[in-house]
Amino acid sequence: MSTLEITDLAVSVSTEDGPKQILKGVTLTIDDGQTHAIMGPNGSGKSTLAYSIAGHPKYEITGGSVTLDGEDVLAMSVDERARAGLFLAMQYPVEVPGVSVANFLRTAKTAIDGEAPKLRTWVKDVNGALDRLNLDSTFSQRSVNEGFSGGEKKRHEIAQLELLDPKVAILDETDSGLDIDALKIVSEGVNRFREREGKGVLLITHYTRILRYITPDVVHVFVDGKVAESGGPELADKLEAEGYESYLPVAR
Amino acid sequence: MTVTAAAPARVESHLNPPPSYDLADHPAPTGREEVWRFTPLKRLRGLLDGEPSDACLEWDTTLPEGVTLSTVTAEEARALGELGPNERPAALAASLSGGAALLDVPAELECDEPVVIRLSGNTVEDLVWGQLLYRIGAHAKVTIVLVHTGAARYCAISTFVVGDGAQVDIVSVQDWDDDAVHLGRDAIRVGRDARVKHTSVSFGGDLVRLHANVEYDGPGGEAELLGLYFADAGQHLEHRLFADHNAPRTSSNVNYKGALQGQGAHTVWIGNVLIRKEAEGIETYEENRNLVLTDGCQADSVPNLEIETGEIEGAGHASATARFDDEQLFYLQSRGVSVEEARRLVLHGFFADLIRKIGVPFLEEQLTETVEKELAKNMLAAPGEFASALEGSA
Repeated sequence: MSTLEITDLAVSVSTEDGPKQILKGVTLTIDDGQTHAIMGPNGSGKSTLAYSIAGHPKYEITGGSVTLDGEDVLAMSVDERARAGLFLAMQYPVEVPGVSVANFLRTAKTAIDGEAPKLRTWVKDVNGALDRLNLDSTFSQRSVNEGFSGGEKKRHEIAQLELLDPKVAILDETDSGLDIDALKIVSEGVNRFREREGKGVLLITHYTRILRYITPDVVHVFVDGKVAESGGPELADKLEAEGYESYLPVAR
Repeated sequence: MTVTAAAPARVESHLNPPPSYDLADHPAPTGREEVWRFTPLKRLRGLLDGEPSDACLEWDTTLPEGVTLSTVTAEEARALGELGPNERPAALAASLSGGAALLDVPAELECDEPVVIRLSGNTVEDLVWGQLLYRIGAHAKVTIVLVHTGAARYCAISTFVVGDGAQVDIVSVQDWDDDAVHLGRDAIRVGRDARVKHTSVSFGGDLVRLHANVEYDGPGGEAELLGLYFADAGQHLEHRLFADHNAPRTSSNVNYKGALQGQGAHTVWIGNVLIRKEAEGIETYEENRNLVLTDGCQADSVPNLEIETGEIEGAGHASATARFDDEQLFYLQSRGVSVEEARRLVLHGFFADLIRKIGVPFLEEQLTETVEKELAKNMLAAPGEFASALEGSA
């Protein structure tokens, strides 16, 4: 089982003009096996939510709580959160020059499991995951994210999702910048993950396009640092037709 | 082919003081000179006073078949094409060494095994003047590895005369004890269409100051100057490069990477490139990157480029000094990797490309291990310093 419970989460970042409140009380619960989509206009705080849950030091939690299966996520260090079962697929994955994908994946898997993976099955698992995401076998010898195309970066994130097998995956605009073929490949990867027992997904996106391939259980509309409306998949259809305008303050 | 060509036209620039064996042309530095301003002269332990000394380093050599090692007089070394001293330490070494070691790699000899020269000193009380001359014949192919260990006050002038079409890999490892002082000048003359890779690896010693100079004996020569250094608390590691493009269609590629940790760790990198009027169609790039692991370190990095012709393929340089990148550490940590392991990975990656480029398999593994030992030293000795380094960068 895996339940991610976010209650009244408030987050600020420091700016030159002092602290700025980005999240203003976010409450949502991803129950066992559920996929939630968070949609919203640019600047509404979607990515802040993702990075705050993962523990990025830039964001200061000023209120509320986040628990994973009852455990206090906010009290954990970044790596402890990952070992507890959280995974963040980033919008802009970071280059780590000189560290091969193979070395990176093995190091992460060892850290998450607390022991080194069995060599024989591991190589097969890695090659299988890369292959399913249409990344060839030479990919594992390249430096992490260095010189990757936008699509390769996103597919590499989803390959990690398959291999590291977290309880809950947060996908931060994984669909942005992907052409339709890459979007399908990435979506299939996410769907394979969802088929596993009890996996939670928080899918953050600006566009409804990816929801044609990944059907969410719940859709939240995110505006100005909080959830403005929640509903079923039909809410995404409404957004596709009408956009976010009805949620935004009327321009004067 | 004659090795000693007519003296090239002098270019008025501090980048290339004229070579001279006359000590009067190289007065003792005060520390205010451009070329000495980074070096803590006091810690040279009187080396520049130029006292005569008979002390030697112990030599342990492995020579592939066909390669010979002999001794020649200082005068013979000059006649064989030694490149003259551009500064006082090299001039002192040439005048006080009492003779030069001559390594000969005959023309067209392709060595499968490297030349390995292990030089070790017993104590920093020993003052050692060294003079080495390497002659690599035309179309020969050889790897030369020098490893410096132990302690001494060692000052050496070395010249590599590389014949046309030869391929030479030179690696100089400075793995001295904590108190050693090492001043060295390696000068390389690259033959027509020859390829030379020179790598400095500096971990040990109290004060290490090395020159790697390259010039060309004809068009088409390629030089790659690589360096890897790791300065601990109190160490001064200085690397000064000079690529003198004095022939057309030559190339130079400089890539030095260093890490610093601990109070008073100081590194200096000076990358000088001169593109002379006749050097049309050349290509040069120089790069220095430093990773500062703790507070209390200083990394000086100065690239200089002087261009006298615009008719070139390319010329560029880059220099960057930074702490661990918080975003890299966050990315790795978000995959479950502890912050210590994340730092180890990033540092490993920082040096990995360079270590691979050195191209000497038996050294690669050793260097990777040494880098990790250096990092472990810091983590074990002063766990608090990382935290303060991170705070400092926030």
